[in-house]
Amino acid sequence: MTDTLAPRDAGEVEAAVRWALGAGKTLEIVGHGSKRAFGRPAQTDATLDLSALSGVTLYEPTELVLSARAATPIAEIEALVEAAGQALAFEPMDLGPLLGQPPGAGTLGGVVATNLSGPRRLKAGAARDHVLGFTAVSGRGETFKAGGRVVKNVTGYDLPKLLAGSFGTLAAMTDITIKTLPRPQTEASVLVLGLAPAQAVAAMAAAMGSPFEVSGAAHLPAAVATAAGVAALPGGVAVTALRLEGVAPSVAHRRESLLALLAPHGSCADLDAGASRALWRSIRDVTPFAASEGGDAAASPVWRVSTAPSRGAALAAAIASACDARILFDWAGGLIWVALPPSPDAGAAVVRGAVARCGGHATLVRAPAAVRAVVDVFEPQPAALAALTRRVKESFDPQGVLGSGRLWAGV
Amino acid sequence: MSVTMPPRDEAVLARRDQIVAALRRIVPGEGVIATEREMRPYESDGLTAYRQLPLVVVLPSTTEQVSQVLRYCHDAGVKVVPRGAGTSLSGGALPLGDGVLLGMAKFNRVRSIDFADRVAVVEPGVTNLAVTKAVEHAGFYYAPDPSSQIACTIGGNIAENSGGVHCLKYGLTTNNVLGCELVLMTGEVVRLGGAHLDAGGYDLLGIVTGSEGLLGVVTEVTVRILQKPETARAMLVGFGSTEAAGDCVGRIIAAGIIPGGMEMMDRLATEAVEQFVHAGYPLDVEAILIVELDGPRVECDHLIEQVSGIARDCGALTLRVSTSEEERLLFWAGRKAAFPAVGRISPDYYCMDGTIPRAKLPYVLQRTRALSAQYGLRCANVFHAGDGNLHPLILYDANQPGELERAEAFGADILRLCVEVGGVLTGEHGVGVEKRDLMPTMFSDIDLAHQQRLKCAFDQKGLLNPGKVFPVLSTCAELGRMHVSGGRLAFPDIPRF
Repeated sequence: MTDTLAPRDAGEVEAAVRWALGAGKTLEIVGHGSKRAFGRPAQTDATLDLSALSGVTLYEPTELVLSARAATPIAEIEALVEAAGQALAFEPMDLGPLLGQPPGAGTLGGVVATNLSGPRRLKAGAARDHVLGFTAVSGRGETFKAGGRVVKNVTGYDLPKLLAGSFGTLAAMTDITIKTLPRPQTEASVLVLGLAPAQAVAAMAAAMGSPFEVSGAAHLPAAVATAAGVAALPGGVAVTALRLEGVAPSVAHRRESLLALLAPHGSCADLDAGASRALWRSIRDVTPFAASEGGDAAASPVWRVSTAPSRGAALAAAIASACDARILFDWAGGLIWVALPPSPDAGAAVVRGAVARCGGHATLVRAPAAVRAVVDVFEPQPAALAALTRRVKESFDPQGVLGSGRLWAGV
Repeated sequence: MSVTMPPRDEAVLARRDQIVAALRRIVPGEGVIATEREMRPYESDGLTAYRQLPLVVVLPSTTEQVSQVLRYCHDAGVKVVPRGAGTSLSGGALPLGDGVLLGMAKFNRVRSIDFADRVAVVEPGVTNLAVTKAVEHAGFYYAPDPSSQIACTIGGNIAENSGGVHCLKYGLTTNNVLGCELVLMTGEVVRLGGAHLDAGGYDLLGIVTGSEGLLGVVTEVTVRILQKPETARAMLVGFGSTEAAGDCVGRIIAAGIIPGGMEMMDRLATEAVEQFVHAGYPLDVEAILIVELDGPRVECDHLIEQVSGIARDCGALTLRVSTSEEERLLFWAGRKAAFPAVGRISPDYYCMDGTIPRAKLPYVLQRTRALSAQYGLRCANVFHAGDGNLHPLILYDANQPGELERAEAFGADILRLCVEVGGVLTGEHGVGVEKRDLMPTMFSDIDLAHQQRLKCAFDQKGLLNPGKVFPVLSTCAELGRMHVSGGRLAFPDIPRF
C-alpha cells in the first residue's frame, strides 16, 4: 500500500519533502486528486496529500487580488469572488467530468499546476497569466517564494509562470496569490448555423478580427452540438458560437454589429445571457466528451490539440480522415478537442502526425493509465529543448523527489 | 558608480585581439566594433549614471551568427551582455569591460503578419511602435505601449516584461507574446511557443520574459496583435489631494470598471508637463487622473457617465472628457512626456519604479514627501494608478557633489518602502544593476538561490549578463550543493496513513 503523508501546514510540507529526500523516496503531490488521471502515470513511493492546506487568506476585491492556501477548493474561491461581483477571468475548466470524476471538485493548486483555462483564454489568458505569486517547497526540501501580490512586477524571474503547468514536478505550492477581475455584467452569444469546420474557422477569424471584443469563439459539429446538452441550441445542425460579454448597452450593440458582420457566412441566430452561459459552460468543460456520457467513454481517449487557429480545420480534417473522431473547436479554431475510439496507442500516431504537419502541440488528456504509460501524454520535445527542460527540473528537484515522470520520463 | 561588478577577467582582457579576430570571422565587416571612439555610444543605457566601455561590440544579423558568437564566447569563457535599443532604465544593458556587448539592432525586420491568426512575427530589434505601425493599416495594434515605445525594441520589452499605460486592461509583454526563438549561451537554438497558445511542458517563454537578458538571446518573437477598439475617449480629472484621486481609482475598480488606462500625476509632475506640452492640464489641483475608456461608442458613453459620477463623489475639482481624437492624444501626450518634462525643470532626475498595493498610495506618498524633505531633493510622482506602479522622479543635479548619491539613497528608501507595504522593487523597469543590491529586502537567500539555479539551467558557466539582478554571484556548483542527511531529518508527527 502506498504511504500517504498529510501535512497540516506549510512547515510540515517542508518536513515531508525533507523526509523523502533523506529516505530516498519519491512523492506524488495531490490536492483533491481530481486530476490524478491527467498526465503520465508516475511511479512514486508515497503520496503528499496537501488537502489540509485550505482556506482563503486574503481577498481584496478593489485590489483585484486573492491569496489562498494551495488546496483551497476552486469552487469555494469562485463562489467567494462571485459574491463580490468578480471572477477568475481565465475561466478555469472543470476537468472532473471529462476524467470521470464528479464536477465541482479540484483545488486552486491543481488549477495552477495544470495551467487550466477556458474559452476566454483567447482574450483573457490562462491560469499562467493570473498567478501573481506563491510560496512552495522545492524538491530540495526548501521553502521559497516568488512573485508578489501586485500585477506589475518584474522583480526576479517570473517563477509563478514556471510553476503554472508544471504538474507538481518542481515544487509543492503551499500558498498562491492570483489576480481577480470584475465579472462581466451580462453576456450574449451570436450563432452561425450549419457551417463546415473550414467555414467556421473563417467566420471565427472574422469575428476575432473585429473590434467587437469576442470573448469566446467555438465550433461544434452537429453531433457534438447535440451532445452539448444545451436546450436553447437548434438540434441537428453544426453551431459556430461567438460570445460577447460586458455592460448591457455594449453587449446589445456588439450583438447587432456581429450579426451583421457574420450574416454573409451563414444563417445566424443568437442566445440571451442564460442560454449563452449554459452553452459556454458546456464548451468550457467539453461536456460532449464527458466520461459519464455513454458506457465505455472513459476508455475512449481525448486529446487536446493547440495550434494556430487558421490551421485548426486542416488539422482536424487530417485526424478525421484517418480515424473515427469527434471534434470540438474552441479558441477560434486554435484549440481542438478530439475524442477517438479506444486503441492501443490512443490514436497518437494519427494525432501527432497531424500536429507535425500543421504545427502546434497535442496533449493526451484522457486515456487508461496503461496507455498513458506507453504513449507520450505531452508533446515530445526536440533534443535541445528536452535537455533544457530536464535541467530546469533538476534545478528545483535535483533528486527527482517530486512527481517525477508526470510530464515525460524523468521530468 | 556605487555598484560592484564582477571581477575583471585579466586573462580575457589579455586575449582581446584574439577575441576580436575570432568575432570578425563570425560577423564580417562593420558588424564588429573595436575602437574606443566607436564603442562609446554603447557605454551606457538609459541609466546614464553608470558607464563602462565593453571589451568589444558585435552586431550580428542572423540567428546563425548569434549562435556562433555565443558558442565561441561559451567555449572561450568570455562574458556577453545583450543589448536592444539601450533604453533600459535599470542598467540591464550596462557593458562589462571584459565582456562582449551583443547588439541586436540589425534584427530589425517584421518577418510576417497573419491577420487571420492575429499574430506578427518580428525580429527582436524591431521597435515597439513599429509593430503597431506594421499592422495599423488593417485596424490592428500591439497592446503594450511603454513610454519609450518609439525607441525601445521588442527584444528589450521581452527582457524587461515591459508594460505601458494600457496594461491594466490589455496586459504586459508576457501576456502578449506567444512565442520566441532563443539562443542559449552554448549556441543551441530552441523555439518556445509559437502561433498557438500554451505549449505543453514548462512555461519557459514565461520565464524568459522579464529575465533581463540573463537566460538567452531572443532572435525572433511572435506577438499577439489586437483589433483597435471602435472608439477611445480619455477623461482628465483634477483632485484637491492625491488621497482623493487614489480613492477615485479604487472606487472605479470597485464598480467593476477596468479602464483601458488609468494614470495619475501629482502637482509637480503636472506643472512640469504642462510647461512642456501645453496639454491643458489644470494647474490648481494637487493630482490629476487620466482615465481612458475604450470600446464601442455606446460603451464608452455609458462608462464615462459612471466614472464621472464616481469622480464627482470623490470630490473632483475639474473634469474634462476628450471630444476628439486629437484631444485624447493631447491628454496622453502630457503623460507620455512626463519624464522628459521633468528633465527640463531639473538638471538630472532619477526615475524609480516600485509597485504597491493601490490602497497604500496615500501612505506611500506621505512617506515620500517626508523623505523628500529629509534628503533635500524634490520628487515628482507619476503613477500607473490602476495597477499600483509608482514612478517617483527624484530631481537632482549631478554637478553638485553628493547629490547623485543622495538621490540614489532616497530612491532606495522609496523602494524599501514599497516592499514594506506589500509591494515590489520594480514593476516594469527591471532590477538590472540599479536595484540588484536591494533584492534581499524582498527575497531570502533561499528564494534567490532558487532563481539563480534556474539561470544555471540556461547558462551553466554564468557568462550571460552576469552582475545583473542577483546581488551575490555564486557558481552553479556552489548553488547546486545539497545537504541531505539520510533518515535523520526532522520528521514531526505529520498525519500518515
